[in-house]
Amino acid sequence: MNDNRFSDNRAWFLALPAVLMVAFASLIPFMAVVNYSVQIVFSMQNHAFVGWETFRDALTNEEFRSAFYRQVIYTAIVLGVEVPLGIGVALTMPRSGKAVGPVLVVLALPLLVPWNVVGLIWQIFSRGDIGLFGAFVNNWLHLDYNYSTGFFSAWFTVIIMSVWHWTSLVALLCYAGLCAIPGAFYQAARIDGASRWAVFRFIELPKLRGVLTIAILLRFVYSFKVYAEPLIVTGGGPGSTTTFMTEMLANTALGQFEYGKAAAYGLLYFLVILLISYIFYIVLTRVGTNEGGE
Amino acid sequence: MALIRFDGVAHSYSGHARQDSDYALQPMNFRWEDGGAYALLGPSGCGKSTLLNICSGLLAPSEGRVYFDDQDVTAMSPEKRNIAQVFQFPVLYDSMSVYDNLAFPLRNRRVARPQIDKRVREVAAMLDLEDVLKRRASGLGAELKQKISMGRGLVRDDTSAILFDEPLTVIDPQLKWRLRRQLKEVHKQFSHTLIYVTHDQIEALTFAEKVVVMSDGEMVQVGTPQALFERPEHTFVGYFIGSPGMNFLPCSIANGAAVVGSTHIPLTDAQAGAAAKHGSGNDQFKLGIRPEFVTRAAGDNGLKVSVTHVADMGEFRLVTAKLEGHEIKIKLPVEAGEVDTGEMAVEFPSRWVCLYRNERLIGDEVTS
Repeated sequence: MNDNRFSDNRAWFLALPAVLMVAFASLIPFMAVVNYSVQIVFSMQNHAFVGWETFRDALTNEEFRSAFYRQVIYTAIVLGVEVPLGIGVALTMPRSGKAVGPVLVVLALPLLVPWNVVGLIWQIFSRGDIGLFGAFVNNWLHLDYNYSTGFFSAWFTVIIMSVWHWTSLVALLCYAGLCAIPGAFYQAARIDGASRWAVFRFIELPKLRGVLTIAILLRFVYSFKVYAEPLIVTGGGPGSTTTFMTEMLANTALGQFEYGKAAAYGLLYFLVILLISYIFYIVLTRVGTNEGGE
Repeated sequence: MALIRFDGVAHSYSGHARQDSDYALQPMNFRWEDGGAYALLGPSGCGKSTLLNICSGLLAPSEGRVYFDDQDVTAMSPEKRNIAQVFQFPVLYDSMSVYDNLAFPLRNRRVARPQIDKRVREVAAMLDLEDVLKRRASGLGAELKQKISMGRGLVRDDTSAILFDEPLTVIDPQLKWRLRRQLKEVHKQFSHTLIYVTHDQIEALTFAEKVVVMSDGEMVQVGTPQALFERPEHTFVGYFIGSPGMNFLPCSIANGAAVVGSTHIPLTDAQAGAAAKHGSGNDQFKLGIRPEFVTRAAGDNGLKVSVTHVADMGEFRLVTAKLEGHEIKIKLPVEAGEVDTGEMAVEFPSRWVCLYRNERLIGDEVTS
């Protein structure tokens, strides 16, 4: 063999800009966090190596654990509401005609609103004294609704806020998926005498798998990272009942100046998101395909 | 099983048609005989799919009524009409096995389980699907998928008719032939009414007992493949069927003969009579003859044509010639001898000469 195809390796330099970009955008900050996570940082000049201590602390820390459980419950509820609701909305949307444009615009509006503004909107909207929603619930339905003191009120508000903000995303993705189904499938189903439910179960849902995978993944990651919205409405309260992971992290890093601990929390948090996303992906792309057959 | 009757059926996609050109389907009366095998033949956009969808109920005609036997089904939904339709591209329920796909139409109609199993196995045997029954439908090739789609159409034994909308478009040519044969066998066995839409004349002529030729939303001729070939009732049929299509020569009528330029071509009495009877100055006459039926004249006393091109096609020669400046094609058997470019004398046997007035066949009563 006289193979000298790779004798000149200078072409690798062409990859340099990409490598630098990735390095500055994610690798270097990420490694900085890794570096912080194994130290106690008092100030930039004064820090000490402690090794796994911060991680051990995170795993035994009550604050970290309860924030994590809260986060899981919040994400589960939010996904459980938004995904079926989004599919439902997409199914009722018009596929043709003059209404399509206005419907799409109205549906997309919440997605265009910045996170903290969503928080502000709901903070005012839900106020018991001047908020349309809060005043209505308190004065007309005579329910005791106050998101800054009531546990259920607070949870209800952060969840309904997320549903308002993000159901559109699921609906729009599903709508795109539904529009891509050829008309012949519906015609064949009519000829086969399929019920509306059967059409959904055997045509629409299987054809939506791709977009639903994306929708669920995006919604999972977004909801797991939720920060500004609940913070502005409830401030994490009452007590710390709506303090989710990111807020807890921010409190640790910026409130208590415990950079090392916060970095360790952040890494664990990152690994959890990565792991769950991976599991979601594997499950969603395999479900209903029965790899290998019966 | 039923006789399907169209009573003044017409369709316009814009709702109400104000003029003829608004119709995707011109008003028509027609009877699809019970147990017949029909082919709907025509170029893309001629209204054949529209007609099929009106049969199956996917489309409500904007005018007229559709009857199955004596029942008016115009307003009836496809599932109530008990009709099966196979589409151009395979339609499968991806998440189901092949077996479940075939059983689906029966399950939706709450047929008893043993009966479903029996029918599915029968259809699978008919279409050679037994080996894949347990497989998932999504991973199969186009041919198998389309067979499954067909199977779903065949699985109900009480269907009034089975409609095929160019079902072999996605199939390889060799397999097309095999599937078509299987379909013919199925038809023999169960004598469903079959309506088969295609733009491929070979497919139509080999499959059907009766071919319905459509053009611009109109049925221009309904007949056996032989009739379509020998006596096209419309110039469109002559041109669309056959390869190459019929030769048409614009002509005028004088003294019982067709006159093309300075050439006189004798007509039958019926043709001449029909031409004379309705003759008005504005009528456009055309003389039509199939390339297959033109023969070489024995001596010099035939029609003079000048041959411009000869192509050897194996068992015949395809001759392109000019007659009074009009190009005609002639298919000559090899036994007819060598053909050189230049002058040649041919004959139009009067038996095969068709006369058209305003694109429609006239004076056919005697010869047919």
